[in-house]
Amino acid sequence: MNPLALDIFLFFLKLSLLAVGGANAAVPEMHREVVEIRGWMSDATFSQGYALASAAPGPNVLFVAVIGWHVAGWQGLVASILGFIGPTFILAWGVAMLTQRLAGDARLAALRAGLVPVAVGLILATGLVTAAAAARGTGAEMAVAAAITLGSAIFVWRSSFSPIWTLAAGGVIGLFLLR
Amino acid sequence: MPKNSAPPDEPPLNPPPGPAALFAAFAKAGLMGFGGAQIWVRRAVVEERRWLTERDYAEVLGLGQVLPGPNVGNAAVMIGRRFAGLRGSFAATGGLYAGPLVVLMSLVLLWQEFADDARVAAFMHGLACAAAGMVIGTAFRMAGRLRPPPELVAIGLLATLAAALFRVPLPVIVLVLGPVSVAAVVWRGGRA
Repeated sequence: MNPLALDIFLFFLKLSLLAVGGANAAVPEMHREVVEIRGWMSDATFSQGYALASAAPGPNVLFVAVIGWHVAGWQGLVASILGFIGPTFILAWGVAMLTQRLAGDARLAALRAGLVPVAVGLILATGLVTAAAAARGTGAEMAVAAAITLGSAIFVWRSSFSPIWTLAAGGVIGLFLLR
Repeated sequence: MPKNSAPPDEPPLNPPPGPAALFAAFAKAGLMGFGGAQIWVRRAVVEERRWLTERDYAEVLGLGQVLPGPNVGNAAVMIGRRFAGLRGSFAATGGLYAGPLVVLMSLVLLWQEFADDARVAAFMHGLACAAAGMVIGTAFRMAGRLRPPPELVAIGLLATLAAALFRVPLPVIVLVLGPVSVAAVVWRGGRA
């Protein structure tokens, strides 16, 4: 086994349980360690990998696979995913078991219900932050970007059609009106 | 209210899925998952397959958010376990990550070919705007279907403001607003 793959595994294992708030919350720490301390990746490669992982479909956490692959090939890819996902899988499993066992408990019910508004509020925040980041370019382009975002939000809110249509439409409008 | 029953104005839930159906649903959600796979997982399990009510899903996601790691990944473990035990958790998790991983690694390997193509950049820019709108629209859709009382709407909006405008770290938001929200639920009589 590639010794770097073991390093990768241990690094992501250490980071895994600290990543409260998802992989995005841990990205600054990944950058510090992977680019600044260990010099495994250049700043440019790190940024490009992050941009690709954000633009690609699926959970952004797969960015760790890009890091693992760059550092130690396919072994590094597997090591990074197992190291980063493994501990959170076990913890989520344990919590699910606990909540199922305490299913009738009124305090647990209140806790679960109480986290709902925060969860929905944070989804809205994610949308607003990414909308602000996507509203870039000239004044006209910012207006187009905001119009795509608004139209897409209303479409998803009010209709039951798949959001894939609004994503495709957004891409095609971007092709002609954005850069 | 029994754990798995739909609210009276929603059609009844479908029977619990096995590992294969879980894998298929999460694989589709992962592959479609532009702009956040949680939006697509919600669509799959609440609206398309009707395995969970809006409230059940929001509660699972809320728990997943408190735990470390990707909240949609935690939700996959918990939803998979609920319906099909350990095999269900592995199936949902595998489905969620496997497809997008292939797509992402293909992009990484091919990127130099089209990194400088302005049309690709323009298409991706438009798609990013639409994905942001999709996430905003989903938050409104969930809120509309959950019909929270005004004090919980206020708490949700405070979480939004803290995260989006003031960039408060997520653990702080959950630690401060979580207890306030739980207290509001208890005050209202146990339900959100």
